[in-house]
Amino acid sequence: MNTPSLEIKELAFAYPDGNQALYGVNLSVQKGERVALLGPNGAGKTTLVMHMNGIHPTSHGSIHVAGQLVDSKNKESIKEIRSKVGIVFQDPDDQLFMPTVGEDVAFGPYNMGKRGAELDDIVDDALKLVGMSEFKDRPPHHLSFGQRRRVAVATVLAMKPEILVLDEPSSNLDPASRRELADILRSLDITMVMVTHDLPYAYELCARSVILKGGVIVADGSTHAILTDSALLAANRLELPVGFSIQ
Amino acid sequence: MAIKVEQENHHHGHDVGERLYLHRHSLVHSLPSHLKIIAAVAFILIVVSTPVTQWPAFIAYFVWLLSVVVIAKIPFSLLFKRSLIEIPFVFFAILMPFFGTGEKIQVGPFDLYREGVIAGSGIVVKGTLGVMTAIILSTSTTAREILRGLERLRLPVLMVQIASFMLRYVNVVNDEMERMKVARESRGFEATGIKHWKVLATAAGALFIRSYERGERVHLSMLSRGYEGVLPHDEPPHISKRVWLIAMLYPLVAVIIFIAQLLIGKM
Repeated sequence: MNTPSLEIKELAFAYPDGNQALYGVNLSVQKGERVALLGPNGAGKTTLVMHMNGIHPTSHGSIHVAGQLVDSKNKESIKEIRSKVGIVFQDPDDQLFMPTVGEDVAFGPYNMGKRGAELDDIVDDALKLVGMSEFKDRPPHHLSFGQRRRVAVATVLAMKPEILVLDEPSSNLDPASRRELADILRSLDITMVMVTHDLPYAYELCARSVILKGGVIVADGSTHAILTDSALLAANRLELPVGFSIQ
Repeated sequence: MAIKVEQENHHHGHDVGERLYLHRHSLVHSLPSHLKIIAAVAFILIVVSTPVTQWPAFIAYFVWLLSVVVIAKIPFSLLFKRSLIEIPFVFFAILMPFFGTGEKIQVGPFDLYREGVIAGSGIVVKGTLGVMTAIILSTSTTAREILRGLERLRLPVLMVQIASFMLRYVNVVNDEMERMKVARESRGFEATGIKHWKVLATAAGALFIRSYERGERVHLSMLSRGYEGVLPHDEPPHISKRVWLIAMLYPLVAVIIFIAQLLIGKM
């Protein structure tokens, strides 16, 4: 068997104020898999994501990304981990901080030591993947919300990550932008973990889903099986939209 | 039928950070920003070191400055409107002739102090030349370009970074402020007097907390993309001697005026 893209073992974490968020998470994601991470508000989803690239130091348990241990104390290795785990944050304004779209996409690869023509190529390729090439020289402020989210995805793709982590990718998008983003995400040949409340979106994009509740994984299986188990959904404060049904 | 409403300043009006910039195709607009900064500072230094008693020199400075304004295709109305910003700063200079000691002179109905007149008019005239130079710079150069120029002039990286983040987020924070204002007004609030300051202060506090938290999230997302204290910057472009010379004409002509003034003064 190949090395999994993401391997989390017995991960537990408490915030400095004593508030414990994770109580032993076990999760393994194979290369090329698309996994939806479902769960009610306050389940620890964001905390878990922050562990994946060592923003939160691992206090108990372990995380491996493509076989490499996430160790926030090891500066060199953490730099490599951060290029392997691409996180797309919920608010694109938090992610797009450079004056223009092109400069923002260049930010990550620049930090990885890319320069000159190579850097330009990487930026062009990443923008092309999300269909935003003609916006390269525009300031992010002039883009629509959906466009900014796509650029946010490009900023991460430019780092050629092993695994793409998306925090609520469909939030605040109009139906057309939501579908366009789904098309883009489906076209990418990359391992993906998608944190979401949007169950139809999870169903559309991810073959596998896991439910995080109270800091542990309470369900792990095919998205179809999970979304058709109404007792399981109800127990975890998850609901399909009215009128939406899965056969 | 679709009704189209024309709006002035449609393109740049939305962008708080670039409100000063006026898009034109002119020689002044096309010069590299760091040369423009050097030229502006040099011009101001020369003007400041000219004694105010040499008033013909100042007329020459003004004529030269206004010709540059014409070359930059900046409307005079805009120049004068923006110059009004100096009024609070020169307010005391205008008062100077009325208070002081020493020799007095009669100007119309006023009995003024000679020393005060010289010092006050010096501040007003030199201040106006300085402000107008700054207006030429800020109207012909985008804020982003000015920051790039400062970076090329080796301003500490941290200061340039802080300023460029400010430029990026002033729009975001401004929008947030607008939304809060709309939310207040939707519930019947209108700030009319001092009794409403408490509400405004609370809103300002909330805005501060939100911005602070956003700052933390931005930092997180920077770390996630490998930030180690250096922002990408472009390689400084090669600048020909000709471009250098054109940019430096602004202070050079002032130097010539300065020297001429010295020579005439000696005669």
